[in-house]
Amino acid sequence: MSLDEFFVTGDPMILASQIAIGLTMVGLIALITYLKKWKWLWTEWFTTVDHKKIGIMYILAGVLMFFRGGVDGLLMKAQTSRPELGFLDAQHYDEIFTTHGVIMILFMAMPMLIGIMNVVVPLQIGARDVAFPKLNALSFWLFFAGAMLFNVSFVIGGSPDAGWTSYFPLAGKEFTPGVGNNYYAIALQIAGIGTLATGINFVVTIIKMRAPGMSWMKMPIFTWTSLVTSIIIVAAFPIFTVALAYMSLDRLFGTHFFTVAAGGDPMLWLNLFWLWGHPEVYIVVLPAFGMFSEVIATFARKNLYGYKSMVFAVAGIAFLSMLVWVHHFYTMGNSAAVNSIFSLTTMMIAIPTGVKIFNWLFTLRKGRIEFSTSMLWALAFIPCFTIGGVTGVMLAMAAADYQYHNTMFLVAHFHYVLIPGVVFAVFAALYYWWPKMFGFKLNEKIGKWHFWLFVIGFNFTFMPMFFVGLDGMSRRMYTYSESTGWGAWLGFSAVGSLIMAAGFAALCYNIYWSFRYASRDVGSDPWNGRTLEWATASPAPHYNFAVVPEVEKLDDFWYKKKEGKLGLKKSDLKSVHMPSNSWTPVFLGVAFGIVGFFLVFEWFTLAIISSVLIVIGLVANSFDYDDGYHIPVDELEKEEREWRGELK
Amino acid sequence: MTQANTPLEYRSQQSQMNILGFWIFLGAEIVLFSTLFASYFVLEHNTAGGPAGHDIFILKDVLIETFLLLTSSFTAGLAIHFMRNNAKNDMIVWTIVTLLLGAGFLYMEINEFIHYVHEGATIQTSGFTAGFFTLLGTHGAHVTFGIIWISLLLVQIFRRGITEKTSSKFFIASLYWHFLDVVWIFIFTFVYLKGMVG
Amino acid sequence: MSSTHSSRFPWNHLIGFILSIALTLLAVFVKFQTNFSDSIIMWIIGTLAIFQAMIQLFMFMHVTEGKEGMINVINMIYSIFLALVIVFGSIWVLTSGHAAMH
Repeated sequence: MSLDEFFVTGDPMILASQIAIGLTMVGLIALITYLKKWKWLWTEWFTTVDHKKIGIMYILAGVLMFFRGGVDGLLMKAQTSRPELGFLDAQHYDEIFTTHGVIMILFMAMPMLIGIMNVVVPLQIGARDVAFPKLNALSFWLFFAGAMLFNVSFVIGGSPDAGWTSYFPLAGKEFTPGVGNNYYAIALQIAGIGTLATGINFVVTIIKMRAPGMSWMKMPIFTWTSLVTSIIIVAAFPIFTVALAYMSLDRLFGTHFFTVAAGGDPMLWLNLFWLWGHPEVYIVVLPAFGMFSEVIATFARKNLYGYKSMVFAVAGIAFLSMLVWVHHFYTMGNSAAVNSIFSLTTMMIAIPTGVKIFNWLFTLRKGRIEFSTSMLWALAFIPCFTIGGVTGVMLAMAAADYQYHNTMFLVAHFHYVLIPGVVFAVFAALYYWWPKMFGFKLNEKIGKWHFWLFVIGFNFTFMPMFFVGLDGMSRRMYTYSESTGWGAWLGFSAVGSLIMAAGFAALCYNIYWSFRYASRDVGSDPWNGRTLEWATASPAPHYNFAVVPEVEKLDDFWYKKKEGKLGLKKSDLKSVHMPSNSWTPVFLGVAFGIVGFFLVFEWFTLAIISSVLIVIGLVANSFDYDDGYHIPVDELEKEEREWRGELK
Repeated sequence: MTQANTPLEYRSQQSQMNILGFWIFLGAEIVLFSTLFASYFVLEHNTAGGPAGHDIFILKDVLIETFLLLTSSFTAGLAIHFMRNNAKNDMIVWTIVTLLLGAGFLYMEINEFIHYVHEGATIQTSGFTAGFFTLLGTHGAHVTFGIIWISLLLVQIFRRGITEKTSSKFFIASLYWHFLDVVWIFIFTFVYLKGMVG
Repeated sequence: MSSTHSSRFPWNHLIGFILSIALTLLAVFVKFQTNFSDSIIMWIIGTLAIFQAMIQLFMFMHVTEGKEGMINVINMIYSIFLALVIVFGSIWVLTSGHAAMH
């Protein structure tokens, strides 16, 4: 392979990116060296097993990926803003909608949600860390290795270009010969292993590490949704593992899982992809529901209406999520029985989801609502998400779906589900839990700019897509003729996307501004919260709780706060056991990244040689008997005094 | 249940979490293997002119593999029995027997695969062979991984004896080993017996 | 649990082992030495396989043991439910209607 095959050449935008990436990396390395921060990075971040730091790294990566995916989106909107534009060619457009989809779902939504779960869940259940802190770090580094591998594709080797669903036969070697789709198969596999480990980790954490007295029905609702999401991860990700393995075998080793001529079946890929892909939708949306529930209860100053029905609704959605996958390919020509059954199960999902919507509305009813930025996101979510949900029921009807299938109507529908359902939730959660992570609030005034720009931009961008979709515009069209009459709608939509981008810029500016100027004096409980994470300092100390709290009821912290029962007795302090940092997770992440890269280029000898690194990491891990360390009482006392004043 | 009655591997909170976490992982493994089975069933009859299962499967070899793996599951159980009785030497002996039986299984399976390739059934031949070799290969890779893993644990038992930590690690490895036997039972029934002419 | 934690001879394991061997041989016998129809044979040997899996699960792996016995059982039942959905769902979806390849 020659060098100009290795690097992507011939497009000025990509060349500019290559130069920019190169310069940024050199600049970063120089900056870190100049500031002498390498050791700090290594001991405080790269080798950390602290769930809060891991969560922050996830969120940081998620914001970066949001930028990348967002730029992809803007490029698409620019290309379709007017009829017959030549800004992007068909191939480039294909690559961009593929990376946009994959990055937004798997490398933006997932790390954002998992990052917030990481920060919040142990704090909400009164635990000192997750069940397997080292595995948690490994999850992050595998995700990060996968994300980086996927992201370099557009400058090295070429982007995948068969859509985020990568349907066969298009995604096979015959029709997509380059290395682009190898990136898809390998990078998602690596990230997926990390996600599966996260799922197992949080299931065990929530089952085994809750504070004494916190029985199932006293668990905060966000913890509930995190538990259910983790269960769905464990249930669904192995299916994707197998599907991606088949794809890799077909592409790298010439097997015939998906080639009809040799007895394969391309529909098998669709079947497996959506057996994972549909539950994946609930994996990203359920924790978001939990976040909204916390935010709405806090800022309506009421306990969550219908807590129990909320729990059952979440469990019901989880159960049904495994039974609806065929609605993504009604048009494959199934028997009427298949389509009818899956139509029914799909519509049934609207029932528990409707229960949740009404629970939120009844929580708001007669509440003393405080319109903080977090709350605004939650309030905007309800109507926007309902539009997404109702169009979903339209799509659920198999017969009608023949009309909507693969049109822009579908594209508008799932953006109306995922952006309010996930992105709004992540924003609400960031504003809400930011002080717990960093010890200062994000600015509320800039936050409102962020909110209004983003929400208005979102509706401007995606509402027109419903109409062009109903008018027959299919998805993934890189251009269209003037006579279609879609130019005005899509031009409007492109303007909307710029407004949305301005909203995102406001968020970035807000982070910068607040980091520099926001007051550091926010106290442990800045929003007058209800759950245990507000019972400890902001930012949360590395041991989380000096004394593990005891819980008597739901929203225990709220009632103890009202009754004046909070506070720490000096005599209760005991030394705290903490896990040690470890180099193996980041080492394994790098090793998987290297092996993955060689596999992408089908350099098998190098791949086999470098897999020795993985073996070394695993063996070192097996022989590691590090028992962690203890924080002595006087150190705890000192840290607790800093924010509590004198202890009782 | 008093402390003294609790098997060593369940005593610490961390060990209990490790064991529970591994059970959850086994749940994920069940999903993984059922996906492999599902795909195999879908592709089973698509031989694309290549050999079908009944052309190449040999009952005798498959039965030997089955008995090797069944016996190794039994001896792995014995090793845990002796571990719980704190009989380190017996435990090590039965573990070594388990590993040897596992290696015997692998040897037979590799030979079986070589035989199939000679019969003209490679992984690239057809939808059927792709599904077949991937299902069997994934199981075989699990067995290989298990042999290496348990060998490493054996070194640790040797050096540190039966402690809270080593016993829970070993117990988890034994769960894994039994699970591979469960998977094999289904492979034996739904791939081999189903694929042969009665 | 107490029966597995004793210094007695591990009868439990031995019985499980003998049963496994017997069930395997029985499956081979049903497959090759009887004249049932193919589908009946599959039902019989499939049931035998499930019995054997249960033996492994209860007699060797002690699924109900430990503080989380109940959770383990729920976990296994849920996993088996998923397995059935994946296997029968995929077969149904991919081999019926116009999708039928044969």
